[in-house]
Amino acid sequence: MMIGWIDTVIQGVLLGGLYALFAAGLSLIFGIMRLVNLAHGDLIVLAAFVILAAARALGLDAFTATAVALPLMFAAGYALQFLVLNRTLGTDILPPLLVTFGLSIIVQNSLLEMFSADSQRLSAGAIETASIPLGGVLAVGVMPLVTFVSAIAVILLLNALFYSTALGRAFRATSDDADIAQLMGIETRRVFAMAMAVAMVVVTIAALYLGMRATFDPTIGPARLLYAFEAVIIGGLGSLWGTLAGGVIIGVAQTVGANINPEWQILAGHLAFLAVLMLRPRGLFPRTAD
Amino acid sequence: MATVGSADSPPPLGARASRPHSPTLPSPASGGGRGGGGETPALPEEEAGERATPRLAIATATSRAFTLVGCLLIVALIGLPLIASRSLLQDLVFIFYMLTLAQFWNLLAGYVGLVSVGQQTFVGLGGYLLFALTVMVGLDPLLAILLAGTIAAVLAIPTAFVVFRLQGAYFAVGTWVMAEVYRLVFAQVKELGGGTGTSLPPAVTNSITGIDWIRRVLDLRTPAARDVLTYWIALAIAAGSTLAIYMVLRSRRGLALAAIRDSTAAAQSVGIDIFRAKLWIYVLAAAGTGMTGALIYLQKARISPDAAFSVLDWTAYVIFIVVIGGLGTLEGPIIGVMVFYLMQTYLAGFGSWYLILLGVLAIATMLFAPKGIWGHFSQRFGIVLFPVQRRISTLSKLADDAQRTSS
Repeated sequence: MMIGWIDTVIQGVLLGGLYALFAAGLSLIFGIMRLVNLAHGDLIVLAAFVILAAARALGLDAFTATAVALPLMFAAGYALQFLVLNRTLGTDILPPLLVTFGLSIIVQNSLLEMFSADSQRLSAGAIETASIPLGGVLAVGVMPLVTFVSAIAVILLLNALFYSTALGRAFRATSDDADIAQLMGIETRRVFAMAMAVAMVVVTIAALYLGMRATFDPTIGPARLLYAFEAVIIGGLGSLWGTLAGGVIIGVAQTVGANINPEWQILAGHLAFLAVLMLRPRGLFPRTAD
Repeated sequence: MATVGSADSPPPLGARASRPHSPTLPSPASGGGRGGGGETPALPEEEAGERATPRLAIATATSRAFTLVGCLLIVALIGLPLIASRSLLQDLVFIFYMLTLAQFWNLLAGYVGLVSVGQQTFVGLGGYLLFALTVMVGLDPLLAILLAGTIAAVLAIPTAFVVFRLQGAYFAVGTWVMAEVYRLVFAQVKELGGGTGTSLPPAVTNSITGIDWIRRVLDLRTPAARDVLTYWIALAIAAGSTLAIYMVLRSRRGLALAAIRDSTAAAQSVGIDIFRAKLWIYVLAAAGTGMTGALIYLQKARISPDAAFSVLDWTAYVIFIVVIGGLGTLEGPIIGVMVFYLMQTYLAGFGSWYLILLGVLAIATMLFAPKGIWGHFSQRFGIVLFPVQRRISTLSKLADDAQRTSS
């Protein structure tokens, strides 16, 4: 009984890694340009389909296909921001929300048109079912563990990018005050485009694990957006480690809820989010002021 | 301009300007109205002649003419079942409930800056409350619609205390999370069909007060009489909501809402309680959306959590209607719902392509014509059917001239 609960919590923590990967891209975009991308979940699903298409067309395994998808998604992110989303940024919150909401519907239905509503899966070979015994009856799957480690690696790399590179300095300056950054010679439109491009790289990595761990279809994007959003809010805006903590809280709440009643999995995650929102409205590790 | 002040935000400082330049507006009009400080109650009907003493006025010559046309239109619509086919009535019911949802979403987003992508919460609540109140409690469906709106409004208060903790864009996603929470909770209620949903028994749908009367007077069979009654209820809710929202916007509170929309900080500094103003609009929108949800599911007579809390049906389409028609105007949703109805009728058969087209159109409108069809029309010709802007009557002629020359 006790062992069962420990196992549930471990699964939840590892699931949290996946949610942190979903959330990191969202957090990055919001942190730099205060843009809440309602199409974020659908872009994750889009990336999963790009990986799937690359794997099928070139006969590659999922990891190699991701290497093909990464530059494509990077370029798509840059173009999306530069050509469309930059036009929506300003003091009014409505245009970015409505444009990304429209984008969400376009992406979802384009995928439905191209790939049908069938459930898909990225094949990862033997690693899918491999597990590491932890002593006794406990064991962790290699796949969830790799996901979690990847989430930590992504956060470390993003922090390195933020605090040790010229691009990161431009990101931080633009995040603090876009107008002053512009005066200092930073071309904010290109910085925003680079930010979205980097976010799409994170999204593609998230998509790889989404597709290898479970099945996906064109309609599951919005739910991923909500998990990502909840992780960001729980963690506190602007803190990537907070986002990881937020993902872990959602993940544990979901596995614990599912352990009590399988129908409560998703609901339990949402309720955990609402509880944190009521008790700590600014999240657990708030960084930015808004 | 249909509203007090400018609908545009102040021009951004830097290069992030995204919205088109705000047109040069006759500032005496809006400035004069607000500069008056406190409140002169809306004048009932301003006398025609222009006096030397300045007076506040809201109505314009066009709007007075429109009031007459509007009343005639309503009377014609009430009498329509005498000659119209059942399928036309059913289409109009669809138009009326989408219009009502759009008016309330527009009230939230266009007037108090509450951009919700979770209004399906209240459509679903209204629908489920109708089922619960008629099937489980045994109330008359008409009474159940009213009560569903009331209960939705009551439930909106705790919901607001959660989602109001999130600002701006995060509020939007927060409302979506709340809709999911309600959907998942109702999927657990086995008495209402759980995850697969349930149907209204014919005993309920055929026993609405008034059906017998319509059957006798119009000499119709029960299903046709039910359609007529549903049509009248839908018409009453749509016209009533539009009128109620218009009265709110013209009132003292409406002036406060316009002030909040134009500048939250300035509104706060003159003593407007922002939180209360927003809460009251959120609750009002929940009541209207809840009643509409109850009506929708009285007509559909079948409910399931996925359909009742659908973000596509009850929020995405509604946003499309408002954005295409013209955000922040009462005329906009009326135009928008007609465009949407035509597209739905002729293009819905294309499935995914239709939805892609809706998305592209909404994005293009937002980027290149953010005022929507009515906003641009109104700006071009200076026509406002539901005026809420306060003008000083001795200046109004000047202002009108200025507007005409500026556009």
